[in-house]
Amino acid sequence: MRAEHHPAHPRPLPALAAALLLILLAGSVTQAAQPQALIVFAAASLTDAFLAIETRFEAAHPDTDVIYNFAGSSTLAAQILQGAPADVFASANPHQMDAARAGGQIAGEPQIFAYNRLALITPADNPAGIESLRDLATPGVRLVIAGLGVPARAYTDAMFSRLASAPTYGRDYWAAVRANVVSEEENVRQVLLKVLLGEADAGIVYRSDVTPGNTDRLRALPIPRLINARAQYPIAITAGSAQPERAAQFIDYVLSEPGQTILAAWSLIPVRSLDGAAGS
Amino acid sequence: MIHIFTRARRQSLHDPQPLRVSFGQVIVGLAGVIGLLFLLLPVAVLAIEGVRAQGWLNAPASGVPQAITLSVATTFVTSALTILFGTPLAYLLARWRFPFKRLINLLIELPIVLPPAVAGLALLETFGRRGAFGPALETVGVNLPFTTAAVVLAQTFVSAPFFIRSAQVGFQNVARHIEDAARVDGAAGWVLFRHITLPLASRALVAGLVLSWARALGEFGATILFAGSLQGRTQTMPLLIYNVLERDLDAAIWTGLLLIIMAVIALAVASWLRQTDEPAE
Repeated sequence: MRAEHHPAHPRPLPALAAALLLILLAGSVTQAAQPQALIVFAAASLTDAFLAIETRFEAAHPDTDVIYNFAGSSTLAAQILQGAPADVFASANPHQMDAARAGGQIAGEPQIFAYNRLALITPADNPAGIESLRDLATPGVRLVIAGLGVPARAYTDAMFSRLASAPTYGRDYWAAVRANVVSEEENVRQVLLKVLLGEADAGIVYRSDVTPGNTDRLRALPIPRLINARAQYPIAITAGSAQPERAAQFIDYVLSEPGQTILAAWSLIPVRSLDGAAGS
Repeated sequence: MIHIFTRARRQSLHDPQPLRVSFGQVIVGLAGVIGLLFLLLPVAVLAIEGVRAQGWLNAPASGVPQAITLSVATTFVTSALTILFGTPLAYLLARWRFPFKRLINLLIELPIVLPPAVAGLALLETFGRRGAFGPALETVGVNLPFTTAAVVLAQTFVSAPFFIRSAQVGFQNVARHIEDAARVDGAAGWVLFRHITLPLASRALVAGLVLSWARALGEFGATILFAGSLQGRTQTMPLLIYNVLERDLDAAIWTGLLLIIMAVIALAVASWLRQTDEPAE
């Protein structure tokens, strides 16, 4: 293509390019002028509870727009360590919080704001006839669990090793269960999805993953407290937060009675007793 | 960056008016360089990081060898299936006339632009246990999700269009008079295809195959939904990268580096085959 140099003829292409650059620049400027956004990195298992908290918190703080990044806690910790812009980090596991802290990305002391427990779920029609944890060892059961590095996996492993050390279950039990694992998912929500779709016969998720929205398609079997895990959820302000006061407001709300009530409504265990309800 | 600039200068010497660099040209040049850097820089940084971190040292512990074996094996089967069913389809599209051909041509490319998660969901809804054909498959003892076969299906679904499109163009470019000449000499049917059409279109076929293989190798979204992730069974290299990202960044980067090298080789082979193909036109 030859460029003809007639000054009288405007060249549309460079003008277009210049306009595009201007638009890009203008876009970045207007974005920087929105300090109201509060970015919260939260564990996938907190999705429903935190979305409910957002509505209430924003009603109480109209100048704040809470924006969530939900993912596995390990992914979130990795993102924060790589410098992702977050104001608050709510992890499903102290380990991931410690990792972010060791990397100098957490300001102040993390606070435990909730507990969670594991649940064994099957599709509503229970195709493999799972009635207890013992049935997970039946050959041919398609079990889906969280992948290595995901907090839920650590709790799952701990639960099974506790079972395996019980004489009625034994080492063979754990080996048989492991042989039935058909997929190790990236986070608990993916485990939930595979069971909801009916592709998996059973899955180990958090109790809080069984919500009013999916109980009609799921069966949740209780796991005895003695062998169940108690997951601790720490929350903290990130070191890189440009608005620590706003972040502190959010954390305070999560720890407040209304915040804790919402968490309890979504099957998380609150850290403060609510009207006599047990705290753990 | 300096290299790119001198390159651009040298090219502008061939221009009729080399000394009059207009404002517009500067803008276009600058935008082009920014575009180029944006495309190349991340890959270059990843490569440097991979070499610097020496991720291969603890790669075996992270299941990298199993992932490589699985990726190589599944993409091999995927390529075989693509040739087996893609070649006849490409030939039909290139030579036969039938209703709705345009529409079919368009739909075949859909998997290329489909978001991978949608592709995975579509496969689940079709071949999953609760899918359209799930119960029928189950009666003959086939259960696809979470199996290596599911990995192959996901890869084939998203990558075969690359081969089919290239092969179709290849068949279309075979000069009809050469085939007619062969027909005069008595060749027909399979013999004609095998000894005349196929060799003449072979470059386009191989180029398409290499591209589709590279796409299959990088398949992630459809696989993780349809096949899940399990070491040695369904965890291919891209899935492994995603899985070890938080635990072992070095191993993830190193695996990524391997994939980049394979992809570059595939692209180079495809582009070389296409280039040597051009004079024939």
